[in-house]
Amino acid sequence: MSTEEILVGKAVSSEQNQEKWGDQAGRIRLRRWKNRVAHGAFLLATLVGVIVLAVLLTDIFRKGWGWLDADFFNNFASRLPERAGIKAALWGSLWLIAVTAPLTFVFGVATALYLEEYAKKGWLSRFIQVNISNLAGVPSIVFGILGLTLFVRGLGLGQSVLAGALTMTLLVLPIVIVAAQEAIAAVPQSLRQASYAMGATRWQTVQKVVLPYAFPGILTGTILALSRAIGETAPLIMVGAVTFIAFTPDSVFDGFTALPIQIWNWTSQPKEEFHQLAAAGIIVLLAVLLSMNALAIYLRNKFQRRV
Amino acid sequence: MEEVIPKLLLVCALLSVITTFAILLTLLFETASFFEEVSIAEFVTGTEWTALFSGDQQKFGILPLVSGTLLITVGAAVVAVPIGLASAIYLSEYAPDPVRRVLKPILEILAGIPTIVYGFFALTFVTPLLKTLIPGLDTFNALSASLVVGIMIIPLIASLSEDAMMAVPRSIRHAAYALGATKLEVALRVVVPAALSGIVSSFVLALSRAIGETMIVTIAAGSTPVLTFNILESIQTMTAYMVQAATGDIAYGSIQYKSLYAVGMTLFLFTLVMNLIAYYIARRFKEEY
Repeated sequence: MSTEEILVGKAVSSEQNQEKWGDQAGRIRLRRWKNRVAHGAFLLATLVGVIVLAVLLTDIFRKGWGWLDADFFNNFASRLPERAGIKAALWGSLWLIAVTAPLTFVFGVATALYLEEYAKKGWLSRFIQVNISNLAGVPSIVFGILGLTLFVRGLGLGQSVLAGALTMTLLVLPIVIVAAQEAIAAVPQSLRQASYAMGATRWQTVQKVVLPYAFPGILTGTILALSRAIGETAPLIMVGAVTFIAFTPDSVFDGFTALPIQIWNWTSQPKEEFHQLAAAGIIVLLAVLLSMNALAIYLRNKFQRRV
Repeated sequence: MEEVIPKLLLVCALLSVITTFAILLTLLFETASFFEEVSIAEFVTGTEWTALFSGDQQKFGILPLVSGTLLITVGAAVVAVPIGLASAIYLSEYAPDPVRRVLKPILEILAGIPTIVYGFFALTFVTPLLKTLIPGLDTFNALSASLVVGIMIIPLIASLSEDAMMAVPRSIRHAAYALGATKLEVALRVVVPAALSGIVSSFVLALSRAIGETMIVTIAAGSTPVLTFNILESIQTMTAYMVQAATGDIAYGSIQYKSLYAVGMTLFLFTLVMNLIAYYIARRFKEEY
């Protein structure tokens, strides 16, 4: 190639380049513009959730706030909206949680301890683990069918608090187990080794070192799982938590109704007043959920400082 | 003590295994006795479901309940997949830290709201709103229910997809930025493809949740088992039928009672297959770095 050719070639290419560069600048502007538009669109999509939440809460408070008075908490269900209240439902839900909480805690922590501290990594622990994650994906209404067959009919518990609580325990157990496993796995290995070095046995180590360290995490997980249980409706419908109940349970063998069931019943009534009652019931339900979550956060902070 | 404790813990751990088998056995047992009275062919191919009628008029074709369920699920997917994925991209790639710290808890609250509350919202807010836009819309319709089911599963898709995208190493993003890519190009051509297995499995899991969702469809979608793909009509899902049957006065051991289990079994199989697919996708196509 001669020098001339090269020079000409260069000249030509630089001419082309200039054209191309003008083009490039346009393309860069276009790409930046696309990025800005996409940024806006993604932000908008994220805000859909926020907006829906705001609309939902406003709508419910607007409909239900006026019905929240002392009578609402002291009255049982009634065919007359102005006499209807949630006493039976609120107490039913509290009973349900009071029975479910210790059961899920004990079984959840025991399972997590077995899987994290004792089990050898073999087929058995993998099989148990697969079962747990599979159960977490089973629809809650199917747990309701199990409760109906096993507890209501099989064990002859009838449509009682105990039958409902046992069903709920099986339903939320996978959540508690996974949370407890995470908390236990987060305990530093060095702490265990220090404990063994002092001559502690395995169980002593688990009891005195692992559990206290993992406790805040386990507790938070349990409370969050219970707040899922308190809002569940379908399994309770299947085990037959009846709606028209004019008493609060005295023992775990009594019949009961629960907050979500009562809300559902009011929602299915055609009259507008009952929808407002349902909204008032929802406010109570959300308040219970909110205080449980606040409790979880409070306990976590409190215990975390001590360890 | 050292001997007994592990065995005791193992017994507790086996409870989950027992639960799985108990679910399978109860469903299988009653479903088998259901199929003694109704042929499997009729159940699988029949286009009429009139289980709660009396005597001769009973027909047990599951297709209307399946079509109702699919209609809700597809409608929910149309709402939740784009919005959920866009939210995940925003949270993982665009959002500045302070914004993220505000938005994440809000999405968590949305995920924690009981489905009964969503059901109430669908019937008393979304349906009246839709009625002003589409005159002549039925009070109970699949559209309202599927929109709200979609809203319910947005946080699930958003948070699982975001987790998958956050797991893509920083260095890969930095390499793309160094080549002069814009944020959008990095997000769509680098991060999303790298996290695709996690993203797709989040879609499948969310849809499985939509299939099993009960209260929203029971309250807002109606109780008319018809084989239709018109989203403006009143339909019935498998879950809504189960609620209707369980709350009506059906005799223990009757064919209606058994139909509850047959429908429950179908529902269980649907969600099981979807969960397995999600698990398989997440495992099989996972990009390793």
